[in-house]
Amino acid sequence: MSPAAGAGESAVGEGVPAAVAALIGVSQYPETATFDVEYSYAYNTLAATQNGNPLYWDEAVADELTGGRILPPTTLSLWMRPHFWEPGADGEQVALKVHFDMKATFDLPEAVMTDNTITFLEPVRVGDRISNSQILRSVSGPKTTKLGAGRFWVIDVEFRNQRDEVVGVESYTGFGYRRAS
Amino acid sequence: MSAPAPVLAGDVQAGLALPELAVEVTPTTVVLGALASRDWRPMHHDYKFATERNGVADIFLNTPNQAAWFERFVTDWTGPRGRVGRMTFRMRDSVFPGDRMVFAATVTATSTDDSGCAWAELDITLTAAGDGRAERTCTTCTARVALPVDPDDNPWARTGPAWRP
Repeated sequence: MSPAAGAGESAVGEGVPAAVAALIGVSQYPETATFDVEYSYAYNTLAATQNGNPLYWDEAVADELTGGRILPPTTLSLWMRPHFWEPGADGEQVALKVHFDMKATFDLPEAVMTDNTITFLEPVRVGDRISNSQILRSVSGPKTTKLGAGRFWVIDVEFRNQRDEVVGVESYTGFGYRRAS
Repeated sequence: MSAPAPVLAGDVQAGLALPELAVEVTPTTVVLGALASRDWRPMHHDYKFATERNGVADIFLNTPNQAAWFERFVTDWTGPRGRVGRMTFRMRDSVFPGDRMVFAATVTATSTDDSGCAWAELDITLTAAGDGRAERTCTTCTARVALPVDPDDNPWARTGPAWRP
């Protein structure tokens, strides 16, 4: 599978409505996490990947190298993922809303992520409160892969802490598709 | 305890192969990784959804968990002073329960930036096979990791303009 807009490709592919093209480069859905960064999520990720890095298991190592405990950098996106359910919520709560907007806009019932770039900046620490926003970078014309027919899109997400320091930037390529009947 | 002896930048050159990491993937591997990253999407825990809606063989590793596995693989090699600055990966095929996934990597380049930070660039490949599936390249990844230049150097101390991932 290929990304939405490779070398020589436009950010706006064939058949992309003007209303969608107008969103390219626009910061959307600015949000702040509903809970502070906590270390139990580090343990969950470390356990899930059997990661014994002493930076995360030994407070003395953390004190020496990072001035106290930090979260594994690849936990970056989890702080902005909504609870599966919360009072007053209606329907499935999803992260990366622009991705789901694209699915709906193009009436593509299925989607997967194909590419991910993560740049890690200031470390995330216990007690931080993370915010982010999403920027649609490109939408391809119609493409067909082994999964089905659909479109690729690229979404950038910038994460900041409560001091407005950028802690990381992610770029996702999604492929929304309809399976061949 | 203090941090273990690190891999130093001067000991690393292009062409160096990292120690491989092999992991037997179970349904628990997939579900644990998805929930650890707060990814509640059903294709990472619901077999019927994955097979009937997504049209794939089984539930499969989610994106943030793959990133976490790459981080673990890289820092197994570097030790705790190694600091991953950037990773880019392309998921060509999915990793399913029943697979044995293998991470392998080669250093493609080394450099030192203007701030004095030493970097290694890695090409990483995640292959998988199992449960009747032939070996396939599931994900390719490039990673940029900072390494200490000497035993007293600490890439984690770099911040602001001195950190250029």
